[in-house]
Amino acid sequence: MKTNVAELQVCSPRSIDEALQQRRDIPGLTPIAGGTEVLVWLNDAKFAGKTYQSLHGLAKDWRYVRANKDGTLGIGALATYSDVRFHPVVKERYPLLVESARVTGALQIQNRGTPVGNIANGSPAADTVPSLLVYDAKLKLKSLRGERLVDLKDFFTGYRRNVMTSDELITEIVLPPPLFMPAQQHYRKVGTREAQAISKVVFAGARSAAGVRLAWGSLAPTTIRALKTEAALQNGADANAAWEILQREIAPIDDIRSTAEYRRKVARNILFEFLNKLANTL
Amino acid sequence: MKQTISFTLNGNSVTVESHPMQPLLYALREDADAPGTKYGCGEGECGACTVILNDELVMSCLVPVVQAEGARVETIEGLANADELHAVQQAFLESGGAQCGICTPGMIMAGVHHLRHPERAPGGVPEALEGNLCRCTGYTRIFTAMKRAKEILSAGGTGS
Amino acid sequence: MPMSGEFKEKILAPLMSISTGKDLKFVGKSILRKEGIDKVTGRARYVDDVKTPGALYGKTLRSSIACGRIKKISFAPNIPWDQFTIVDARDVPYNRVLQIESDQPVLCDGVVLHREEPILLIAHEDPGLVETAIRSITVEYEREPGIFNIGEGRILKQYDIEEGDWKKEFAAAEVVFEGEYKTGAQEHVYIETNGFIACWEDECLTVHGSMQCPYYVHKALKYAFKLQDDQINVVQMTTGGGFGGKEDFPSVLAIHAALLAKKSGRTVRLIYDRAEDMASSTKRHPSISKVRTACTKDGILRAIDFSFHIDGGAYITLSPVVLSRGIVHAFGPYKWPAAKLHAQCFFTNSPPYGAFRGFGAPQSLFAIEAHMTALANHLGMDPAELRRRNFIHRGDTMPTGQVVDEDPNMEALLDRALELSDYKTKRARWKRGGGKGISLSTFMHGTGFTGSGEVYLASRVGIATTKDGGAEVRVSSTEIGQGTETVFPQIAAEALGIDISKVSFRRPETKVVPNSGPTVASRTCSVVGKLVERAAGKLKQRLAGADIRQHYAQHGEAYEEVEYVPRPGLVWDDDKYKGSAYGAYSWCVNVAEVTVDPVTAMPRVDTLTATVDVGTIINPVLAHGQMEGGIAQGIGWATCENVVLKEGLMENHHLTNYVIPTSADAARIVVEFMPSPYSEGAFGSKGVGELPMDGPGPAIVSALNDAMEAKFTHLPLLPEEMLK
Ligand SMILES: Cc1cc2nc3c(=O)[nH]c(=O)nc-3n(C[C@H](O)[C@H](O)[C@H](O)COP(=O)(O)OP(=O)(O)OC[C@H]3O[C@@H](n4cnc5c(N)ncnc54)[C@H](O)[C@@H]3O)c2cc1C
Ligand code: FES
Ligand code: FES
Repeated sequence: MKTNVAELQVCSPRSIDEALQQRRDIPGLTPIAGGTEVLVWLNDAKFAGKTYQSLHGLAKDWRYVRANKDGTLGIGALATYSDVRFHPVVKERYPLLVESARVTGALQIQNRGTPVGNIANGSPAADTVPSLLVYDAKLKLKSLRGERLVDLKDFFTGYRRNVMTSDELITEIVLPPPLFMPAQQHYRKVGTREAQAISKVVFAGARSAAGVRLAWGSLAPTTIRALKTEAALQNGADANAAWEILQREIAPIDDIRSTAEYRRKVARNILFEFLNKLANTL
Repeated sequence: MKQTISFTLNGNSVTVESHPMQPLLYALREDADAPGTKYGCGEGECGACTVILNDELVMSCLVPVVQAEGARVETIEGLANADELHAVQQAFLESGGAQCGICTPGMIMAGVHHLRHPERAPGGVPEALEGNLCRCTGYTRIFTAMKRAKEILSAGGTGS
Repeated sequence: MPMSGEFKEKILAPLMSISTGKDLKFVGKSILRKEGIDKVTGRARYVDDVKTPGALYGKTLRSSIACGRIKKISFAPNIPWDQFTIVDARDVPYNRVLQIESDQPVLCDGVVLHREEPILLIAHEDPGLVETAIRSITVEYEREPGIFNIGEGRILKQYDIEEGDWKKEFAAAEVVFEGEYKTGAQEHVYIETNGFIACWEDECLTVHGSMQCPYYVHKALKYAFKLQDDQINVVQMTTGGGFGGKEDFPSVLAIHAALLAKKSGRTVRLIYDRAEDMASSTKRHPSISKVRTACTKDGILRAIDFSFHIDGGAYITLSPVVLSRGIVHAFGPYKWPAAKLHAQCFFTNSPPYGAFRGFGAPQSLFAIEAHMTALANHLGMDPAELRRRNFIHRGDTMPTGQVVDEDPNMEALLDRALELSDYKTKRARWKRGGGKGISLSTFMHGTGFTGSGEVYLASRVGIATTKDGGAEVRVSSTEIGQGTETVFPQIAAEALGIDISKVSFRRPETKVVPNSGPTVASRTCSVVGKLVERAAGKLKQRLAGADIRQHYAQHGEAYEEVEYVPRPGLVWDDDKYKGSAYGAYSWCVNVAEVTVDPVTAMPRVDTLTATVDVGTIINPVLAHGQMEGGIAQGIGWATCENVVLKEGLMENHHLTNYVIPTSADAARIVVEFMPSPYSEGAFGSKGVGELPMDGPGPAIVSALNDAMEAKFTHLPLLPEEMLK
């Protein structure tokens, strides 16, 4: 490990209140849920701060996946991918979420990593975020000042930047009741290999009478909803017209894993594949 | 700021003096005298450091040891009993599932976990082991070993 | 399943056993891996597992430029430098790493020739502090422009071959066809990173490490420290994979660890993390080949004009011999009435390229095999048929001058591979461009060192009786996963006529074992194994039927040693670059079946079938393991293993971004052995280790071309390039 751990400070709160107090009082505190991002930074001594807050003591409060009476679903901040992936209600109602959890890392990563960590980390290649965007997820942000609910689609403000303030924590992902039948949904992860891969492009989409959702990863500085393309499809645009619009909503880049050109072509192919699939199920 | 951190390792309680952010991998190898678990990358990519933590398969290089406080940790050292190999170990030995052997401890832990919880990998063995890189075998003989392990178990062999 | 006490060998005859035609007890049987129990129980000790109380942890400061001069090195004041051991070029008694040549400095002496070149070494007891400290040293440079393309820099080595009147053949040819073929670098990704532990005691140096070739390390230490042979002991620890990556590179590391240990007077651990290992260690040589062939309309080959260029990196290391093996294999298993070859290795400002399974042959064989398939398509002929018409036979002469004195039997291997893969049906059914493809490669790989290499090595092998009535094999050939520790006892037990459980393998350390040469070049089982067979035979003669236990009690240890004797008639002329390059070849046919995702152009190798002649199979499970593992590396090289080079540095030096196949990517690999024994190999065996690396690349790229209706001629072939 390139980081000298002796230089790090760590606190391990035992209660939510203690956790929120620490967030208010200790500057630059990096929360750790499953640690599958944070420990990678430490291993490479990259982006890493010196003070950490390990949330594991809050598992009793925050490690849950809960189907509420009002039809919503709550995913606690410490719920892992595996918790989500194998939850009967998630399996029944939110198949894109199951699929994105399944293709995230390998089992070892899924057993530790959390969807909340995936969101907070803010990678444009996050595999679960597009699924959550399709389901109109909201985030509960909590601090000693109170709690607020933010639409996931408004959460990101730029590359690895978001609306969270330094005294807040994400406590829960809230999903409204599902709008789409399983056959109306589509998920595609394009990685560097079959498993344990970072996405070159990732897509989650759905369409029904209730609306259209197209969410993408790795095509812009953040994961995105292609709102204009969605609107066009809603208004009856065909695949080619939708692609014309989508092209202007994405800004893929060349990087160490792939090229802008490839990402663009794949986005087009996936869009067509998705629209075809819908056409065939109608 | 080292801390005293206790957990059970293969059924025995151990206490280590470690920095809380020290990955469990090094706490096991250096502080708990259990070097059977291997380092391969330190970033969750290779699976050489795979252990079972509270009945879940994890990369020990990504677990700060403070998060293992009070946990049940199982490693390769705990599989065989005094005079018998675990079915998965026996199967890897017979089928040629281990070549250079560096991926083997982690691979076997993943295999053991899969036999305990096959429902966790609906895609079967290739999915169950997808977090564990092996550069020597091309996986063919590891798949054979997993089949053989199931046979040994159903014939009443050791393994839980 | 007993495991307590000593290892109990089991012969798994029902599991897998191959008839050798002779009545052999241990050869041809899948004897369980001798060190297998240690490996499956986690008891095997790799270098990083060794406890060294009070030792220092070492770290290497490396260049962040590819070419230039060091102006100034500054140490930030926040670190207690007085507690550190710091080593630079001035501390090296003779600042050169001896390999084939000795052009490479142990530590930079002012001049930087590649990224990640070692400049300074530091050590301290606190490994965490070492990490902070290494980042607290800054180096100022005077940059110079570097050279990063093959063909632009100085020539490191060159060979030329001309055989027959190739000019006339081309002038008169009915068909002339040419193409350019490129292969990328490849990282070994042994899962155990490089590491050494060094300590000095009374002017004597002991190093423990992960390595393939203890005597290479020994030689390099002796040279850099100006020591006598007996002042050095190199001990191999259980080694977590090598694939060539621990052939030449560990010598540098061992010297570094020893320097720190010498200056500090303490034991020093120098164990690389993955990123350092990937960024600084050797890779497979990238290559560019131009192949031009002349043939008749019905595909009878008349002449070849091959130009073979590889990137050697900043220092010579093993490049000349990599180039040489590449050349001998460039002509494939075909008969050429006339041939011309021009081969060059160039210096660049990349970290030195080094040994990697196949050693130049996968590069040239990729070119010739991709070319053969392209030529078949050009002629409108089935690529299998074109090959069949041109296979080399006993009595034919290779362009290097070697008269084939064995039966390659390529036709039989081909027939069987086509049958096993149902090639004809699939080829007819799968439309070009329809997303599925099937294609093939046919190739060979020479056993042992190229040319006069084995003669120069003059390998020695020892065998000794043991107190308990058995024997111990003493060789410097290492167990690196391929099974040396098991096959040598099999060979020895067979030759001695004692039970396999009585034969042990001495873990190599140079103080104890004779120099049986490096563990490379597919030579261990066949060439060194033959010496084991001979040594055991000699010991048997000496014992003259006596009970070993009694003999030991009466006379003490009986030890016999034998040395390599060149095979009569096997001559190689280094100057003319002509003669018999290898004593024998292993022969192989691969058929690759692929599917390409139409949306993403992600390829998947569904099945790879290999029919193989590697002579007698000493241990079927282990031999299968070699084939399958090598094939998987070949699949990775062809489809996903992309070394992204920036100023010669592997930019993606993390496992996150340099991806090798996982179990979810694993192809179905079908291997069938069709042995024709080689009289000079141990019990008839030939080389196994490298052969499987040679064939998947061209077979897969050709199959992908069929699936995508394309004409790619390079690898790795990435979806980025294939997606239309
Ligand atoms: C080998 C490997 C493979 C991976 N594969 C994938 C993949 O396929 N797809 C993918 O999308 N990701 C992948 N990842 C990345 C990672 O696993 C995910 O992003 C995961 O969701 C992170 O969750 P975590 O709980 O482990 O995060 P942590 O590392 O604990 O934290 C991640 C970030 O979130 C912040 N954070 C955590 N909890 C909170 C909270 N409650 N409130 C506010 N901020 C918080 C942390 O401060 C940090 O910035 C992989 C990682 C590894 C090591
Ligand atoms: S060392 Fe933990 S995954 Fe590689
Ligand atoms: S046996 Fe060597 S990496 Fe798996």
